[in-house]
Amino acid sequence: MKNLILTTAALALSAGFAMADTVRLGTEGAYPPFNFLNDDGEVDGFERELGDELCARAELTCEWVTNDWDSIIPNLVSGNYDAIIAGMSITDEREEVIDFTQNYTQPDPSAYMVLAGNEGLDVTDAVIAAQTNTIQAAFVADMGAQLVEFATPDETISAVRSGEADAVLADKSYLAPIAEENADLSLLDRDELIGGGIGMGLRESDEELRETFDAAIQSMKDDGSLNELIEKWDVGETF
Amino acid sequence: MFSYCTDPDTLSGLTWLSCYLTTGKHMALYGSFGTVLLLLAITAPTALALGFVGASAARSHIAPLSWLGKFYIAIVRGVPDIAFFLFFVIALDQGIEYLRHKLRCPDWSEPIRQGNDFVVCSAAKMPLSTAPQWLHEIYGFGLAVVTFAIVFGAFAANVLFGAMRAVPRAQIETAEAYGMSRRQAFWRVLVPQMWIYALPGLSNLWMVLIKATPLLFLLGVEDIVYWARELGGAKTARFTSYPHPDWRMWYFLALLVFYLVFTRVSEVALERLTRRLSRGQATAAGEALRKAATT
Repeated sequence: MKNLILTTAALALSAGFAMADTVRLGTEGAYPPFNFLNDDGEVDGFERELGDELCARAELTCEWVTNDWDSIIPNLVSGNYDAIIAGMSITDEREEVIDFTQNYTQPDPSAYMVLAGNEGLDVTDAVIAAQTNTIQAAFVADMGAQLVEFATPDETISAVRSGEADAVLADKSYLAPIAEENADLSLLDRDELIGGGIGMGLRESDEELRETFDAAIQSMKDDGSLNELIEKWDVGETF
Repeated sequence: MFSYCTDPDTLSGLTWLSCYLTTGKHMALYGSFGTVLLLLAITAPTALALGFVGASAARSHIAPLSWLGKFYIAIVRGVPDIAFFLFFVIALDQGIEYLRHKLRCPDWSEPIRQGNDFVVCSAAKMPLSTAPQWLHEIYGFGLAVVTFAIVFGAFAANVLFGAMRAVPRAQIETAEAYGMSRRQAFWRVLVPQMWIYALPGLSNLWMVLIKATPLLFLLGVEDIVYWARELGGAKTARFTSYPHPDWRMWYFLALLVFYLVFTRVSEVALERLTRRLSRGQATAAGEALRKAATT
């Protein structure tokens, strides 16, 4: 009996060491250029490249998981994956529930997109669409305009097209390529600076992993490789 | 997939479509039809079995067993599906991990609940975080099956409970007069006759179950509605070789056809089953069959 306990303990220990190296990264997979599913159905985008590079530098094996935006924080804290890397802006509200690494993009301006020909819109007195639980949704609610929320970024754009909303407020790097390629949509001149940049979200109890990723991000900032990625995917200002 | 698909920009018409419809992402969509069908194929019999156990327990003469059966039926039927799917699955998952944690890491000194976080040792993770992705998917699918079976089992239990009571009392009395024990009368007389009374309720449940599969995505299982939404959304040329405007309507139209065909096939099958089960029964349909056979 004693032997049995010893062997199981040894097994559990050795298993513990071997396992410490796999980190599961949770993302939404519906927010290009940050993260999206490519034609093969795999996670792709700025954060895919960034995450793979960070894991390589930290010598971790990483595994990508997609999760609905609405339940992305609850699933992190209950341990279904170990980090969120999903274009999530660092805010005080989120800081209360999870921890963030340092930001890996500059605070990105958010832009309004309207139907072409409606550029004279007064956004303070309009119906604005935004994705649920985003900094933009909170911003619109504070601004006093009428807010309509949608579960996915896609639906916010459809709402503008269908006339349900007058404009959509979202990260400029998300809206710009859409406005460029669709003649019926255009961006307003007005930008809003909200949020503290995008960082990786981690469990508050997982201080060690947060420090590991923090150091990896710092090393990418130092040697300029992060700036290259930012330019390649066009996700705002460089550092 | 096809050799001519390497440069989709140069294609048009049907060739473009044939390439577009065979991308890896579309394959995932087709695969998810299998996921949904598999879920139904496993869940329906499991829920029926659970319902049978629940109903038998509820009508038991042993009081605690009967309370347990009635409690199960009342609680699960009373809680909204979505709340059940969000709460129960996380609770089940954490419960399993908690037990494994107690078994595998008895020396662990840190608390499991740390603020908002649920932390167990890495050997207690279910499945292990080193496990390949497909294992995680199978585990998620398993949780989905269990949850669906428990929810629909409660409804089925209520239906079967009613059906057991609908079997004419005279049938049981006759069985007892022949000297059958309570158990024999239950299995030989009551159970074979109750299905005809249960079928309308069970067929309703089946229809609801077919349409409830989009709840799967709440559990992290990517079902057909998820992929239709993902594939149908507008795609810009920078991020895909197959840019297109918002095509969600067409994808949802395809789903509509799928669901309609599926429910129609089920209706036909259930109708035939009703006819079969009516044979020799003391019901109006059974009587009609008998008359048709004699004239």
